[in-house]
Amino acid sequence: MAVDLAFLWAAIIAFAVLAYVILDGFDLGVGILFPLFPEKRHRDVMMNSVAPIWDGNETWLVLGGGGLMAVFPLAYATILPALYAPIIAMLLGLIFRGVAFEYRWRTKRAEELWNWAFAGGSAVVALAQGIMLGALVQGIPVENRAYAGGWWDWLTPFSIATGLAVLIGYALLGATWLVMKTTGDLREKARTLSSIAAIATLVAMGVVSLWTPFLEPLYLARWFSWPTAIFSVIVPLLVLGCFLLLAIGLRDQHDSQPFLAALGLFVLGYAGIGISFYPYIVPTSLTIWDAAAPQESLAFLLFGALILVPVILVYTGYAYWVFRGKVDPHEGYH
Amino acid sequence: MFEAFDATLLARMQFAFTVSFHIIFPAFSIGLASYLAVLEGLWLWKKQTVYLELFDFWKTIFALAFGMGVVSGIVMSYQFGTNWSVFSDRVGPIIGPLMGYEVLSAFFLEAGFLGIMLFGRNRVGPGLHFFATLMVAVGTLISATWILAANSWMQTPQGFAMNEAGQFVPADWWAVIFNPSFPYRLVHMVLAAYLTTALVVGAVGALHLLRRTAPLRAGTMFSMAMWMLTIVAPIQILAGDQHGLNTLEHQPAKVMAMEGHYQSHPNGAPLILFGLPNHADQRIDYAVEIPRLSSLILRHSLDAPLAGLDTVPRELQPPVPIVFWSFRIMVCLGFAMLGLGLWSLYCRWKSQLYANEWLHRAAVVMGPAGFVAVLAGWVTTEVGRQPYTVYGHLLTADSVSPIAAAAVGSSLVSFIIVYFLVFGAGTFYILRLMSRLPRDPSGDLDEGPIRTAGITPGQQTAILHEGGHHGR
Repeated sequence: MAVDLAFLWAAIIAFAVLAYVILDGFDLGVGILFPLFPEKRHRDVMMNSVAPIWDGNETWLVLGGGGLMAVFPLAYATILPALYAPIIAMLLGLIFRGVAFEYRWRTKRAEELWNWAFAGGSAVVALAQGIMLGALVQGIPVENRAYAGGWWDWLTPFSIATGLAVLIGYALLGATWLVMKTTGDLREKARTLSSIAAIATLVAMGVVSLWTPFLEPLYLARWFSWPTAIFSVIVPLLVLGCFLLLAIGLRDQHDSQPFLAALGLFVLGYAGIGISFYPYIVPTSLTIWDAAAPQESLAFLLFGALILVPVILVYTGYAYWVFRGKVDPHEGYH
Repeated sequence: MFEAFDATLLARMQFAFTVSFHIIFPAFSIGLASYLAVLEGLWLWKKQTVYLELFDFWKTIFALAFGMGVVSGIVMSYQFGTNWSVFSDRVGPIIGPLMGYEVLSAFFLEAGFLGIMLFGRNRVGPGLHFFATLMVAVGTLISATWILAANSWMQTPQGFAMNEAGQFVPADWWAVIFNPSFPYRLVHMVLAAYLTTALVVGAVGALHLLRRTAPLRAGTMFSMAMWMLTIVAPIQILAGDQHGLNTLEHQPAKVMAMEGHYQSHPNGAPLILFGLPNHADQRIDYAVEIPRLSSLILRHSLDAPLAGLDTVPRELQPPVPIVFWSFRIMVCLGFAMLGLGLWSLYCRWKSQLYANEWLHRAAVVMGPAGFVAVLAGWVTTEVGRQPYTVYGHLLTADSVSPIAAAAVGSSLVSFIIVYFLVFGAGTFYILRLMSRLPRDPSGDLDEGPIRTAGITPGQQTAILHEGGHHGR
């Protein structure tokens, strides 16, 4: 085979999921932090900082789901039933927080209700996604092209730990985003919260990283046998480097450095997970080649993806550029 | 709690419930996005402020409807996997890439430019802002194209082979996309979206004409909506007829259910206007029928033979009563739309368009008719496809996930509660926005929103919101 389409698609899906995690991560994080900012003027600015872009961010989640069905249908058909309850929770959370962007401005009487919908929905989404991650990492049994476990299998101490880790991590992304996009006392408070969230994120990453290898012999071999063991040195070093950049950025009042460093932490954590279970897409039941759709399907959609994904990145970048800089508290939406 | 139900039935109920809620929002936002593009184009061309004011008014409503469409749509894109995993595994290689193209070519386009359209006018200038609005409108149409290609393939599948794993494998993508029912379904649905929006815009215009709040704005949108209705309603009836003939060719059992033809008619079939389908005894009770008219409509000949459901094994028949009624609801509403359009044309000719209060009242009553017709139409085509998901090739019963009824049942209950709460609130906010059309800037003597402020909290909120509109 000249080109390994399944591998190429695994890379594209991995990119889409990563794009989703870091993009929706910060706007979910803004929602998670909502209860810590009781003042309405702060909340208005926080919401306006993500209002023009959240919808585009969430589209990556649709690409992750739709794309998985298109190119790895067997993975889609086994992972989703296995994660049934957290997926439903995530979808319901997304509904509450998504509509809050509009509803909150449409009512005075029920504004507090939609504030809670935004905050609660965002937190539920983050927890659910973290739990889904944990449940995937700990493995999903498959027999005869179908999920072969129980419907509570996703709930374990490990998946709860990953759930909390993602919640904390998204809060860090949100807090550093606010440092970048806001001014005055709101920014100061976000800076303090960023420091707390950064330490908590580091601890959470440490716990999950030390726990993961002992879930599955495959992961243990990955991290502690040559040559992949080299990542056991490189990845933690890079994590510490990002953490340092984050800390310095916060101390020296940088606008964008803390946010970019926090993104770096997410990319590294994501890479670490990928290193653990590649080439499995459903650990440890299905590899990317087991789950891949027929070549005709992979090639047909790849043609579109190679043209359209760069175009998407250009106009998404343009939309971010249009709304660049600090949020003007007086340039409200409604 | 859910032991009495089987998982397949619950999964079907969940799909029907979530997709019915979902379709309402795109049906409205496809048409509204195009209407917004027209309004902004007219504003740039003619420089009459009324178009800009209408644009801002409908833009806020669009934002709400679009947001609800997005979140209810994400549910759909995951439900294939949670409840219909066997379908996903087997049909994913064909349906998946079509939906993948929808995301890549439409969803990102809409989402990327929606932010600029809603928040960016002061940042990008009028030309680029208009471009953003156009991209949102084009995005909604591209999205409709892909999802209807996918849906139509499930109705009239072709261009595929099967592999050893039992998966549908694409053999000819051109044949998959341009399957026999796709062009008809696409035209029928896009016209339905335009009609739905025209009826809503017309109802809001008529409401404010009756209230005399803002004659210029209300009159402008009412007139535009009635033109749309007058022109599109007859085209839609024609398109629906053609769609029906296409269905007769490829899914005869669906047409038999729509017509209520349990028996075959070798010498011309009657058109059953109304009656009570008696599925158990396989007949229509108390049928009111016109002899031979069905043959004339479907075969263009008074004595053309038409086969009935007696030629279809009982277990492969669609549930006739549902399809029979939903089809009649859709058709009746379609003709009511035609009637309203023609009436408005007559009033226009008599220079009574802005004065005939009975016309305005009728337009208000017909405001939600488009939504009902769209839902009835989808029920007809989807329930009429039963008992298959992929018509003739994959049974619904064989498509469902190996999941416990309790899981499907409890998620169904959560969806029902959350949807009614959340989308109920959203509908309330939309209706409230619709009822608060700002007054025309110069006109009535009693104008003066400042003086009325403070009487009731509701009015005050309205004025605060209106103040916000000008700031954008």
